[in-house]
Amino acid sequence: MSTTIMTSDNPLLRESIAMPVPHVAALAVQKAYRKGEHSVPVLHGVDISVRKAEFLSIIGQSGSGKSTLMHLIGLLDTPDVGEVQLEGQRIDDLPVRTRDELRNRVFGFVFQFYHLLPELSLMENVLTPLMIRHSIWNYWTRRREFQDRAKAMIDRVGLGHRLTHKPSELSGGEMQRAAIARALVAQPEILLADEPTGNLDAKTGREIIDLMARLNEREQLTIIMVTHDKSIAAEAHRTVRLCEGRIETLTDAA
Amino acid sequence: MYKMLLCQRYLRTRYIALASIISVTLGVATMIVVNSVMAGFGSEMRARIQGILSDIIVETRSMNGEFDPEGHMQRIRELVGKYISGVTATVEVHAILSYKSLGDYVPHPVNLVAIVPESKAEVGPLIDYLQSYHSQIENGREVPAERSRTEPLGWELTPAAMARRQEKAEYYRQTEKLRHQMRAQREKEEGNSSDPFAETSGEDGAAAESDEAPGQLQKGRLYVGVGLATYLSVDPETKESKTYNMIRPGDDVRITTYSAGTPAPKYFVATVVDTFKTGMSEYDSNLVYCNLEQLQEVRGMIRHNEDGTETRAFTSLQIKLKDYKDAPKVIEILRANFSAENFNVNTWEQRQGPLLAAVDVESSILNILLFLIITVAGFGILAIFFMIVVEKTRDIGILKALGASSSGVMSIFLTYGLLLGMVGAGAGVGVGLLFVYYINQIEKFITFATGREVFPEKIYYFKDIPTHVDPFTVCWVAFGAVMIAVLASVLPARRAAHLRPVQALRYE
Repeated sequence: MSTTIMTSDNPLLRESIAMPVPHVAALAVQKAYRKGEHSVPVLHGVDISVRKAEFLSIIGQSGSGKSTLMHLIGLLDTPDVGEVQLEGQRIDDLPVRTRDELRNRVFGFVFQFYHLLPELSLMENVLTPLMIRHSIWNYWTRRREFQDRAKAMIDRVGLGHRLTHKPSELSGGEMQRAAIARALVAQPEILLADEPTGNLDAKTGREIIDLMARLNEREQLTIIMVTHDKSIAAEAHRTVRLCEGRIETLTDAA
Repeated sequence: MYKMLLCQRYLRTRYIALASIISVTLGVATMIVVNSVMAGFGSEMRARIQGILSDIIVETRSMNGEFDPEGHMQRIRELVGKYISGVTATVEVHAILSYKSLGDYVPHPVNLVAIVPESKAEVGPLIDYLQSYHSQIENGREVPAERSRTEPLGWELTPAAMARRQEKAEYYRQTEKLRHQMRAQREKEEGNSSDPFAETSGEDGAAAESDEAPGQLQKGRLYVGVGLATYLSVDPETKESKTYNMIRPGDDVRITTYSAGTPAPKYFVATVVDTFKTGMSEYDSNLVYCNLEQLQEVRGMIRHNEDGTETRAFTSLQIKLKDYKDAPKVIEILRANFSAENFNVNTWEQRQGPLLAAVDVESSILNILLFLIITVAGFGILAIFFMIVVEKTRDIGILKALGASSSGVMSIFLTYGLLLGMVGAGAGVGVGLLFVYYINQIEKFITFATGREVFPEKIYYFKDIPTHVDPFTVCWVAFGAVMIAVLASVLPARRAAHLRPVQALRYE
């Protein structure tokens, strides 16, 4: 595993000299939220970069800014200072449309509360990213292909028997697996998982982590996972600890 | 695609939103019903006015009229003969119609129109209005028409009316005879002092009517509007309305008018030949038709020429067009040829301008008010949409995280508004049209349920509620309602679109 990633004061310089271009990187990002009159700083200049096919976990206590960091990487939010790069290209200042497109094609999201759409069946939920990506006509003409793809993906997460169920009829583990299927059906390059096991019991959580680890291995999927559970984090190749908006320690797993 | 899918799902699962469009539905239905009924009334009214007035009226400015109706009619035929299908000369004056009731004369101001029935029938559907040509409902029973529609218009009584008249005349003759005998006897007993009541009634009433042979008609003949001839009254105990005939065909009435030239009162006794019912209360209670020769004679509108012939006068010419679309052309030609100093040339619409304009204004104000109701419904949609957006904040965040654009999210809610509007307006159109279609049954039901007559014939003259559905109006109303629903969803949709995904997804 790689070693001296975050040591240089000038990440750009360092990259050009020492490193192959990382898959995705956040460079000196700062973020503060407004709460009424006060500005609450969440991230104080965080550098993080992830190689292709790496499984990185970010741990930290609640309020340490780990979710915010992940939102910044996933273009759900924009950093106040610093930049986010994808394969060496700055992506956080791209036009809104392009960022929407990147979220749809490059990133896959898995959330702590699954965040499935309650009105749609499992199948439809999994199909959502494809519906968003394609125009109505495009989608309609290729719907068979998409449905097969979604079905294959649902089978892989082991929910083949629950295609027409609404999220409210699924258990937590099933919902999370559905959410993973939804994230993967769009064939993303990077999976961003925000406390994917946070709401599950240990056994189900373990299953989810195993699933993600398998995907990382077989599909060469880059995974960034936020968690506060050290044992879960240990599954990752590398763990970054965030504390009060700063990187605290880096450990290499396995 | 996801937009459509989500809209469809929201539509099916959010009943609160459906509740919000009930007001749209009701508004649209009300507008359609009100517009249809008003249009029905309007077109019935216009048809009746046009039927009475004919298409184009050439009026003389002087009440003395102009001489030589035939000459003028010939001139009109020469000028615009290819456009017209009929023309008739009339004399129109104000008059007082008095009929005798309980020994007293009851006067009514009327518009007296002297016509020649044969040519009047060419310019308007007079035959449709005369009651002897139609079956009547009398005290709940249907009485068949006394004349067939093929019988030409004339000034003769129907056999039944004639029989009634002769019977009445005979009765008067008998009472008169009796009275004479009694007076003779009383005079014998008391000398010459006579009862003043007996004298006046003897002179004024029966004497005037029994001058001629029993049952013979007077020289003046009339068609009288039903509003004048009858009155409806509701029995306070049984709540049943009953028609009382004040004047029946065969009765004699007294017409008082004024002469041409220097106005001087003139009167004549005339026999009522028939009653007519146009359905316009203004006409039914004001209009009296009389035979042209009689009125010309009474008013002194006849000029005796040196060669022994006579020329009569008229006050207006009524013209019926083959196609009413030609009216402006015909008006232009006639105005150019009949000097404005002596003649007024107008279409019936121009003559009734204020009335028709008032109806139009009324209906447009009503439309504005009703549309405000739909707008109020729009604010309901706005409020409920804001609620739905708040409720769906997380879902919006998810969609954005999955790559949906702001405009995509916005269009979800706009499409949702559009669909709601379409459902609401569609249901409203359906309900409205059904209501209009079954309006008379509904009226009967409400009358039955409340015990109060909703649409009394006494007031409105129509047996059924007239309706006219204008597809154009229906489309406009539906379109307007859909537009309001869409507009009401714009603000919530913008709000949804501007939600930042992180804001929407935050759950700490």
